[in-house]
Amino acid sequence: MADRVIVNTSINGEEATLLCEPRQTLLEVLREGLRLTGTKEGCSNGNCGACNVLLDGVLVNSCLVLAVEAEGRSVTTIEGIALPEGLHPLQQKFLEHAALQCGICTPGFIISAKALLEENPSPTEEEVRFWLAGNLCRCTGYDKIVRAVLDTAEAAPSVGSFGGETP
Amino acid sequence: MAKYVGARQKRVEDPRLITGNARYLEDVQLPGMLHAAVLRSPYAHARIDSIDTSAASRLPGVVAVFTGQDFADLNPLPCAWQAGGVTNNANTPRVLEIDKVTHTGMGIAVVVAEDRYAAEDALAHIEVAYSVLPTVVDAKKATEAGAPQLHENAPDNICMTWECGDQDGTDRALGASDVVIREHLTNQRLIPTAMEPRGAIGSYDPGTEEYTVWMTSQAPHVMRLLMTAFVMGIPETKMRCLSPQVGGAFGSKIFLYPEYPMVAVLAQKLGRPVKWTESRQENYIATTHGRDHQTDFEVGALRDGTITALKVTTYANLGGTLSTIAPGIPTSLYGSMLSGTYKIPHLHCQVYGVYTNTAMVDAYRGAGRPEATFVIERAVDLVARELNLDPAEVRRKNFIQPEDFPYEPASNLLNGLAYDSGEYEKALERALEQVGYREFRQEQQEARQQGRYLGIGLSSYVEICGVAPSKWVGLPGEGWGAGLWESANVRVHLTGKTVVTTGSQSHGQGLETTMAQVVADELGIPIEDIEVKHSDTMSTPFGYGTYGSRSAAVGTIALYNSVQRIKEKARKLGAHMLEASEEDVVYQDGNVFVKGSPEQAKTIQEIAGAAAVAYDLPAGMEPFLDDTAYYDPPNCTYPFGTHICIVEVDTDTGRVEIKRYLSVDDCGPVINPLIADGQVQGGITQGIAQALYEFAAYDDSGQLLTASMMDYAIPKAEHLPHFENSHTVTPSPVNPMGIKGIGEAGTIASAPAVVNAVVDALSPFGIRDINMPLTPQAVWRAIQEAGR
Amino acid sequence: MYPEAFSYHAPSTVEEALALLERHGDDAKLLAGGHSLLPAMKLRLSGPTHIIDMKHLRGSLDYIRDEGDDVAIGALTTHRSLERSELLRGKLPVLAETAGCIGDMQVRNLGTLGGSVAHADPAGDLPAAVLALDAVLVAQGSGGTRTIAAGEFFHGFFETALEAGEILIELRIPTLAAGSGSSYQKFFHPASGYAVCGAAAVITPDASGNVASCRVALTGVSEGAYRATAVEEALVGKPFSEELAAAAAEHAADGIEPLEDYFADATYRGHLAKTFVKRALLTAWERSG
Repeated sequence: MADRVIVNTSINGEEATLLCEPRQTLLEVLREGLRLTGTKEGCSNGNCGACNVLLDGVLVNSCLVLAVEAEGRSVTTIEGIALPEGLHPLQQKFLEHAALQCGICTPGFIISAKALLEENPSPTEEEVRFWLAGNLCRCTGYDKIVRAVLDTAEAAPSVGSFGGETP
Repeated sequence: MAKYVGARQKRVEDPRLITGNARYLEDVQLPGMLHAAVLRSPYAHARIDSIDTSAASRLPGVVAVFTGQDFADLNPLPCAWQAGGVTNNANTPRVLEIDKVTHTGMGIAVVVAEDRYAAEDALAHIEVAYSVLPTVVDAKKATEAGAPQLHENAPDNICMTWECGDQDGTDRALGASDVVIREHLTNQRLIPTAMEPRGAIGSYDPGTEEYTVWMTSQAPHVMRLLMTAFVMGIPETKMRCLSPQVGGAFGSKIFLYPEYPMVAVLAQKLGRPVKWTESRQENYIATTHGRDHQTDFEVGALRDGTITALKVTTYANLGGTLSTIAPGIPTSLYGSMLSGTYKIPHLHCQVYGVYTNTAMVDAYRGAGRPEATFVIERAVDLVARELNLDPAEVRRKNFIQPEDFPYEPASNLLNGLAYDSGEYEKALERALEQVGYREFRQEQQEARQQGRYLGIGLSSYVEICGVAPSKWVGLPGEGWGAGLWESANVRVHLTGKTVVTTGSQSHGQGLETTMAQVVADELGIPIEDIEVKHSDTMSTPFGYGTYGSRSAAVGTIALYNSVQRIKEKARKLGAHMLEASEEDVVYQDGNVFVKGSPEQAKTIQEIAGAAAVAYDLPAGMEPFLDDTAYYDPPNCTYPFGTHICIVEVDTDTGRVEIKRYLSVDDCGPVINPLIADGQVQGGITQGIAQALYEFAAYDDSGQLLTASMMDYAIPKAEHLPHFENSHTVTPSPVNPMGIKGIGEAGTIASAPAVVNAVVDALSPFGIRDINMPLTPQAVWRAIQEAGR
Repeated sequence: MYPEAFSYHAPSTVEEALALLERHGDDAKLLAGGHSLLPAMKLRLSGPTHIIDMKHLRGSLDYIRDEGDDVAIGALTTHRSLERSELLRGKLPVLAETAGCIGDMQVRNLGTLGGSVAHADPAGDLPAAVLALDAVLVAQGSGGTRTIAAGEFFHGFFETALEAGEILIELRIPTLAAGSGSSYQKFFHPASGYAVCGAAAVITPDASGNVASCRVALTGVSEGAYRATAVEEALVGKPFSEELAAAAAEHAADGIEPLEDYFADATYRGHLAKTFVKRALLTAWERSG
């Protein structure tokens, strides 16, 4: 391995110190270094959204963020979005609607939808579909995902009620 | 009493999936695991003159580098399903190619290293000298004189020539028809693009000489069989295969790929586990593709719209070598379904399976049936147009009627099988009513006056699934190399908790839920008490796996039969416990009691406990409630329905917008509407994708131009409408649950519905056909050319 | 899909970044949003041995400032910031509109104005807007800063007027004349979200309903974004009408050999250029006044 660098970051609210190669992406370090394997790799090229995490609350493709770029920043992954009392409302709605099949894109969709609802708590169907353009699903045809997101918004329309770690 | 079957039961798989706790292949880490990276040919057709791995071997972190010579003692991969009744000039890939490559992406060498970075870095240091050969990527051109020849045993690049039906009768009937319509159709090449790429991990125990292979597979038992008995030449019992959580497949993970035996052998050679996972780029160039037909057809009809004959000639592109079941797809699963939902008295289909310098083509969702449905559903619309009839009317006129079942398509198209049951007109009428067909025609007229082009397209499909009676697949005309029954084991443990193992493999279908629903209802226990386990050859009975919409209609029936036998044993033991006569007791909702005295019942939990401790069993009864069933269906099943699509075409740009999409599907009784709707919606999306968005583009030198998600357009949420799904229920007489299957229906139905809608929208321009995919450019060009 | 190994630098000032660029020359690449660079590195189409991460420069190069006649925008301003900026929505709406059409949310969250403009992807969106807005680009090198007019900046396939060792630090965009209307109309590639064709138009009417001035630029059509001056000339001084817009738009690809690929051939791209210029003109005019 080439030179390694130390990266101090916060993952799902806990301080983490990572030792990584500069060329390693945040995705790889989350999965291989921290064994947070809920974040998935679908393309490694910023096209599919399976690797979505929140970086300082902002939706990003972790496959196109170097781990070293996470220095001093906070990262939220699928493992970190459940609430103390149980599943995040989006997780519950994905469950109710069966808005997933093989599940590999699902963590990315939930993270992406969480970012949407934090910014726009009552989106229209068109806004949901447009926002999810960076998240590819090969199984569902998206309809149930869109319903699950709209239903989450309807059930909890006020800003900031989506919980999890917000910056 | 059905409490679970038919209910919108939440999926038991989902809690682990929505929290990121599911364990896919990429999440599996073994101690001491090494990482492999495969060097792939950048050329589509070349001789390999030499390979020098010395520089790569010396790099830090690299453990070993191997070439094809190092695997020369392994057999090429088998082609397990060849076209039936004819010679197949089979050529299959090796674990690594030694002399020659016939498409880009074939494996040439493998680097094994301490981490994936070192493995991938080393690839650039392997020196390969190639002699580049001329290429051909188009199936029809590949058969023409002077085309580059890919394989010595396949003159004119023809792997096989296959036919079904009655050529003379069909020709005569066409001659006697009032009208004969000829058309050329492209069913373009698609790339399955499961969101999880493929991968495998091999490990080897030198003490027991046993291999363990984790893989992304729809059929781990079949993989084990093919790897051990056919490629490696070792006893099947010396390998365990596991297919953990699989992230989508759509057919592409049925097959044996070179990397699977490779990691097994590497682990044995190196004494450490070895993992290989493909990049998305490798997934595009080195995993199988689907479809790729060029078809010419002639359809004959009488003036009143009665279809008299259909004659079809198809060039099926199979790629540079044969994948595991490649020749079976454009033959048995295609030609046999060309009669569609119609009584067509004469049919003939001729298929040429052709090698070209492209990636292997094999089953992709629907596998042969979308291609067949596309031909017949376009043909029916063309007949309607030619005769100035309503496309719905032509469908009605030719439908197979409910009283015609079991219906054997004419010209022995189905090789002795018959469609099981159907009410095709009912599904059509319901769809027309739901969409408001008459009102739409009015709206369409008004829109045209404003210069807006709306169109409506119908597709009334029937498919063959629940594959398949083993006796049928063993017929000379079919050519499958195996039976297609399925297995299930049910064990009711001492506490009444129940474990079900199945030879089926769930990779998104929610089988852990639907199978548990069936067991819960039949046994009369809570669904929470049931664990459905699959995909580990050590703990599940041998089974053929999941594809061809067979895991409800075959796999679940095995389970159902097993539960019936468990219930019967429980009933007998219950009678013994109640000190009643066997004839007097019944099993109902998890209780055994004397008829008329339900208050004096023994519960299944009590009976399971008694069976497990075995203190007091009836004479001759074995302990434990444990049963394994092998179900071989007497026939396939034939789901059907009608899909309707409404589009608007922007004639300035050629862009097509789907305004509405509506389906009425009949898969027999629905086990779980939540899951069935998801299967239908996902399936429809893949058919819409074929109609409008997706295509694999090769340049003349065999380079894939659409080898990334930046180029290969799988649809996004913003490209799709809300789906309006409903069902009719016509049980299948084939199995005791009446189930037909739903996994592929959406894909089979949807592409022709969309194309018919676009052509309908553009009919004022005189356009009668546009070849798929209907990209904006293709639609715009059709309008330009029609205007000239 | 891993980049080759590289050394990582995260300078705190533009000067430090310039010094690193000078030291490592062609072996170094600047990392801004990373959404073009990292994919290229992973595909091993690009193999820099030094990465100069601009992240610490965000404090100084991420801003949108009203400076009276100009709006000054720092090169590290993200697409998302452009899209959401009230200042831009009010003063340079076409820039916000264009930024909102880029890729997807994940791309817009990290991609930067400077990165996109300096990368000069022939299908990138922002170059069209930058040209139509007649922006001035500020580059800093070891010898200080210089300005480059947008019209001089784009030199074809991934080529710009930036010299080796220079960093694009700011764009200065003149505010639009009162009453101007603007629009960006785009034909999205269904997979990549890039522009198969993108047309940006800025039109200023005079009091009598004639076109006083106008600028039209296209992306996705040619090797680089370009100003469609023949379209502009066909409009200026004339009373605007749909027919005039259509006739002017016919010149959208004058002197251009449109790009050709598996998705859109040259004829079709040329047609799209006309179609989207017309749409941009009509929308811009509708928004004017």
